[in-house]
Amino acid sequence: MTTSHTLAAEGLTLGYGDLAVIDSLDLTVPPGEITVIVGANACGKSTLLRSLSRLLTPRAGRVVLDGREVHRTPAKELARTLGVLPQSPVAPEGITVLDLVCRGRHPHQGIFSRWNGRDDAAVAEALEATRTTDLADRAVDELSGGQRQRVWIAMALAQRTDLLLLDEPTTFLDASHQIEILDLLTDLNRTRGTTIVMVLHDLNLAARYADHLIALADGRVHSSGTPTEVLTEDTVRTVFDLDNRIIEDPLTGRPLMLPIGRHHIRTPNH
Amino acid sequence: MTAPAVPVTVVQTVARGRRRRAARRRLVMATLAALVAAGFAVTLMAGHTFYPPGEVVRVVLGEQVPGASFTVGRLRLPRAVLAVTAGFAFGLGGVTFQTMLRNPLASPDIIGISSGASAAAAIAIVSLSLGGTQVSVLAIAAALSVALLMYTLAFRDGVAGTRLILIGIGISAMLDSVTSYVLSRAAEWDLQEAMRWLTGSLNGTTWAQALPALVAVAVLTPVLLSLARDLAALRLGDDTAAALGVRTERSRLAVIVAAVGLIAFATAAAGPIAFVAFLSGPIAARLVGVGGSLLLPAGLVGALLVLAADFTGQFAFDTRYPVGVVTGVLGAPYLVYLIVRTHRAGGSL
Repeated sequence: MTTSHTLAAEGLTLGYGDLAVIDSLDLTVPPGEITVIVGANACGKSTLLRSLSRLLTPRAGRVVLDGREVHRTPAKELARTLGVLPQSPVAPEGITVLDLVCRGRHPHQGIFSRWNGRDDAAVAEALEATRTTDLADRAVDELSGGQRQRVWIAMALAQRTDLLLLDEPTTFLDASHQIEILDLLTDLNRTRGTTIVMVLHDLNLAARYADHLIALADGRVHSSGTPTEVLTEDTVRTVFDLDNRIIEDPLTGRPLMLPIGRHHIRTPNH
Repeated sequence: MTAPAVPVTVVQTVARGRRRRAARRRLVMATLAALVAAGFAVTLMAGHTFYPPGEVVRVVLGEQVPGASFTVGRLRLPRAVLAVTAGFAFGLGGVTFQTMLRNPLASPDIIGISSGASAAAAIAIVSLSLGGTQVSVLAIAAALSVALLMYTLAFRDGVAGTRLILIGIGISAMLDSVTSYVLSRAAEWDLQEAMRWLTGSLNGTTWAQALPALVAVAVLTPVLLSLARDLAALRLGDDTAAALGVRTERSRLAVIVAAVGLIAFATAAAGPIAFVAFLSGPIAARLVGVGGSLLLPAGLVGALLVLAADFTGQFAFDTRYPVGVVTGVLGAPYLVYLIVRTHRAGGSL
């Protein structure tokens, strides 16, 4: 599988109604890596991700995939290269895991082309990769949050895209399921070379799992680079308006952010 | 950087699961089609006078058979054809809306689209003395206007919330009162005609009424079927559908126009046969499961419902009841059940 796809935003300006959210933003997604976007609430992270994946048309500027503007690329063609998992998607009542994952093959099918062995293989591979094979005949709405999220990722995997964009894939999940999902995505990146772009809320998980970290503030890229470059005390203070200390994560050597609140601090700080 | 090998057994499991589902679908559809055919045949043969299959076939083939030619050829055949056509159109149009709006309550006969077509048809026929094509055109224009009104008033993010359904019920009630008003003002209004526009009826069906609906079904069914896969993706939400490569706005517009066309043509011919659009989809879902497309199964269920209800209304009681009365009796309890169930699940509607 090739991973030479380049996704970039050039002078991107986005907004809803009168509200401008992103203001002439430039960014490049490094191919074959895991890029994580972080930022304060309502800073435009999800808006940016929606636009990168063609769900939102820019007011100005453009999103370019392999030299082509994504908003001018035929929808199905784009959906074979770039997969998106929106935030909290809805499963039709009573649909089974297998049926849902099969929907991921939509962009590979036309009106007259029949389902074939390649489709079966792609679905089987997606189920295996997300360890949802045993759930295949269960109804999606009776699964736990973690299982359900794995099923949605399976659907996106069945699409067999080289790029995968995810909007807060770990929201509403407990600690162990958050790690499970992020490990799964890392496996995918390592074994298949899938380029992953995701929005995460948790800064420390972002620092741990990102190859490339982007901090957004006020509709612009505040800083981007390796987690060590980006996750500094200054960045956290500017982007999140939070007093903090950064230490080295003893397990990974990556930066670990400790927030300084008004309570419970043992010695006076600074 | 190679993908991990997937055990062959898993691929086989996937293929088997899919084939099992497809087989069940085919079985259900074949059974439904056979039942519709049987119901159609019974409708032609049975009645106050029984005609044996041989005579019925000769009439259908165009031969002159004394007695049978009039009763079967002029009375029962157009009625049976319209029963199947209108039922199919209501079932297909209804399930399309329910699927697209992800809510069984968002059926065209609940949210005012059928009422719009019905009110326009009543005005056209009773007040303006129009006929044939003009009635259909007015019914479609009205149904599309209602759909457009609903779209602008209540349709946000592609999700049918309480708003859409409540607004729809309000619009529906308003349009029904328009229909009642028109019927009560008409000089030569008779009960049969009034029943047609209030609850739906097949009484006195002529070929002139049945044919436009038949043509609409023949043209619009393939259109909707070609959109079935997009519709299935739209059920996952607009963002997910777009992520799967569906052009959501364009697909939805095409789906709405085709489904509204079906409902409007059927309503212009048979009136808003109560609850058929609303009931067919959920029944079809119960029969074939929710995984695959429900379009054809729901159409067949609709045809069967109307055939059976019309036969029951004509012959099961001392008085003849229009088909809409019978389907109304069936549908109303289900509506209550659905609302009670959504409440218990914690939904607001």
